[in-house]
Amino acid sequence: MTTQGKTINITLKVWRQKGPGVKGKLETIEAKNISTDMSFLEMLDTINEGRIVQGKEPIEFDNDCREGICGMCGAVVNGIPHGPEKAMTLCQLHMRKFKNEDIIVVEPWRARAFPIIKDLVVDRSALDKIIQSGGFVSMVAGGAPDANAIPISQNIAEKAMDAAACIGCGACVAACPNASAMLFVSAKISQLALLPQGKPEAAQRAWNMVHAMDDCGFGNCTNEKECEAACPKEISIVNIARMNREFIKAGFASHVM
Amino acid sequence: MLDGKIPAGPLEQKWDKYRSTMKLINPANKRKYNIIVVGTGLAGGAAAATLAELGYNVKNFCIQDSPRRAHSIAAQGGINAAKNYPNDGDSIWRLFHDTIKGGDYRSREGNVYRLAQVSNNIIDQCVAQGVPFARDYGGLLDNRSFGGAQVSRTFYARGQTGQQLLLGAYSSLSRQIGLGKVRMFPRSELVDLVVVDGRTRGVVMRNLVNGQLESHAGDAVILATGGYGNVFFLSTNAASCNVGAAFKAYKKGAYFANPCYTQIHPTCIPVSGTHQSKLTLMSESLRNDGRVWVPKDPSDKRSPANIPESDRFYYLEEKYPSFGNLVPRDVASRNAKEVCDKGLGVSATGYAVYLDFSDAIKRDGKDVVAKKYGNLFDMYHNIIDDNPYETPMMIYPATHYTMGGLWVDYELQTTIPGCFALGEANFSDHGANRLGASALMQGLADGYFVIPYTIAPFLANNGNSDIQKDHAAFKDAEKKADAYVKKILSINGKQTADEIHRKLGQIIWDYVGMARNNEGLKKAIGMIKELQEQFWSNVTVPGSDTDYNFALQKAMRVADFLEFGELMAVDALDRQESCGGHLNEAFQTDEGEARRDDDNYCHVAAWEYKGQGNEPAFHKEPLVFENVELTQRSYK
Repeated sequence: MTTQGKTINITLKVWRQKGPGVKGKLETIEAKNISTDMSFLEMLDTINEGRIVQGKEPIEFDNDCREGICGMCGAVVNGIPHGPEKAMTLCQLHMRKFKNEDIIVVEPWRARAFPIIKDLVVDRSALDKIIQSGGFVSMVAGGAPDANAIPISQNIAEKAMDAAACIGCGACVAACPNASAMLFVSAKISQLALLPQGKPEAAQRAWNMVHAMDDCGFGNCTNEKECEAACPKEISIVNIARMNREFIKAGFASHVM
Repeated sequence: MLDGKIPAGPLEQKWDKYRSTMKLINPANKRKYNIIVVGTGLAGGAAAATLAELGYNVKNFCIQDSPRRAHSIAAQGGINAAKNYPNDGDSIWRLFHDTIKGGDYRSREGNVYRLAQVSNNIIDQCVAQGVPFARDYGGLLDNRSFGGAQVSRTFYARGQTGQQLLLGAYSSLSRQIGLGKVRMFPRSELVDLVVVDGRTRGVVMRNLVNGQLESHAGDAVILATGGYGNVFFLSTNAASCNVGAAFKAYKKGAYFANPCYTQIHPTCIPVSGTHQSKLTLMSESLRNDGRVWVPKDPSDKRSPANIPESDRFYYLEEKYPSFGNLVPRDVASRNAKEVCDKGLGVSATGYAVYLDFSDAIKRDGKDVVAKKYGNLFDMYHNIIDDNPYETPMMIYPATHYTMGGLWVDYELQTTIPGCFALGEANFSDHGANRLGASALMQGLADGYFVIPYTIAPFLANNGNSDIQKDHAAFKDAEKKADAYVKKILSINGKQTADEIHRKLGQIIWDYVGMARNNEGLKKAIGMIKELQEQFWSNVTVPGSDTDYNFALQKAMRVADFLEFGELMAVDALDRQESCGGHLNEAFQTDEGEARRDDDNYCHVAAWEYKGQGNEPAFHKEPLVFENVELTQRSYK
């Protein structure tokens, strides 16, 4: 491996688990000459390349776009989902944020609703199930009116976009002491409740999604605000307040219950 | 001679006529048809959702853990449509014409005109889904000019347009999953396409969690599995983007069209070391306000701020006074390579040019620039550890999009009946070069507004497939796939799949990249063959085939890329002209632009697989231009 910048030596304590329902443990792995220009995932790639050649099993971790938008990567690094940098996914975290001789503890998202598949890879299909219960506008292709038929104030469009920026990575769940998915759910409920296109179904949506969230085994919100702090896209907990309002309103709507 | 089955008649009426006269399927009968959709990006997700809305039974597969993660999500800049909201002279004709011209006259008039026509429906559809496009103060949709267009026809959602459009398609798809009309299979990868008696019968998928092979029979199969940019190893594609599904279809008889057409995107973050796993693209909307330059003197090592105007070479503005920094991607990329090859490049590697925002910041203020490009500047700052508000960015081209793909006719059907290809996986709309903000448009056009129509005649004419997944053909395909996986695991050599992939990428970049020549292409073919041998004799893949094994997934994809890379070079060598993203150094104008040979190469090159170790067979689809005059592109 050639590199131009500076290098560091680090010690990883990384969660190894062969499969779902099997007991896992932290394994200590020494990594020498890690370029500080590497991303965290490139550091793991480099370790894995070495392990493969030595006939050892690589560390499994989910990843895809490696530019912070697909939401596929994520691990708890030194106790913080996606690591210590604010507003950043794990793939965008660079090794220059670490020091020589650092000990770095790497664990998977931990939540009852996210069973571990292997090592750092978890099953987040519960988040898809919640969206399937109501995270959409019920319309079919072909019938839409002209895109400019309904003006939407810039302020509302921007707020909806703030909420829509959620990448569904699950860091909010991993950060929450209750493993609640409220930030994730509220982001979608907010986006669609704010926009005129989503308003006709707002009550039913809030009702369905909150119940789906409970059914999937996510915990409740106790205002810890850890989710907001961990969110790589800085989704605000204001969305949770909005979701609660939408949910309470839904409770009063006789056609929903 | 291949027939694209373009409907006869005037260009403006082709699609309407097709829709009005095509065979339909009775609503009550749609539920009797099972359609398999592989991929959940803009094309696949939109197709799965829309076909389910129409009443078909759909099975949808993706390799990621959720359909929301397909790589369409990473598109930043925007999506084109001919709405003409800004009143600046746009029209369906103009969008069509720009797309044909941008593709250097190597795409089909009929397909591209249809694309321009449905572009407006896409924007309506997405707004109705709740896609939060940017709006102006009055609440109407905002547009910007993008990547070489002289009108503002690009709709955008901050720098996350692809994400928002994909989440729109994902929401429609999720609704259909909730309703039970789509069965979703995440973490599933296609390992074979099953064809019996000349008709596609289904797929064999590999469950990436437990390694099991699972057969799925269906009445039609739609491949929306993206492009092959990762053949370069370093590209802007996601880690798991691969050519596997398209390549398996090719091996089963689907022709592969124009594999040599690849797009090298001009505004990416330069390479820093061999640890690098990907290249990060920054939206080319940056070129709207940034000025590209290099020092005039190769020995000038001053920091960019200390280099006075008189010592800077604004090569795009000087060479192309009317388009300046907004020339199409291939032109911008090639010029960056040219100045760097002359030794004028910057950065430690010499393979980078400056993209400077100081004039824009002076003119509009930092806040305005931050509002437009803030997320891109932050991303750059994080990766390079340098502040682009103060120092010019450094950029270099990287592979970004592949215009080639499975050959399809007007109905998006491949040469295997019942197998369709959509989005980047097909070849049809972008010719030899794609314009900015057109990939999202094409993916969604194919998924929402083309395939829902064009699949019906096939089903109406052929009825249900009478072969189920217990048929010997499926069992046989499963057995072969199982043996293939076990063979890869048993080689136990000394090189990782990544190492071999990196070598392949270097060969492709050096000889089948931005500028090609016959000698280099021949050399590349030999080198790739050698590398194939290295793979099959010396690769090492850890673990087993019964649990989650990312290294095994990668190795299987690299094996496909190794064969595919050869096909790319073969196609590039066959095309003895330059056009769009394919530049053969022997064919250039005096200005250094791609010089086409319309007399001999105004055609689609479609390749037919002829078995392991044999040369593929060449098939030609002549391109007929009835409405557009072919001219030498000039952006002066």
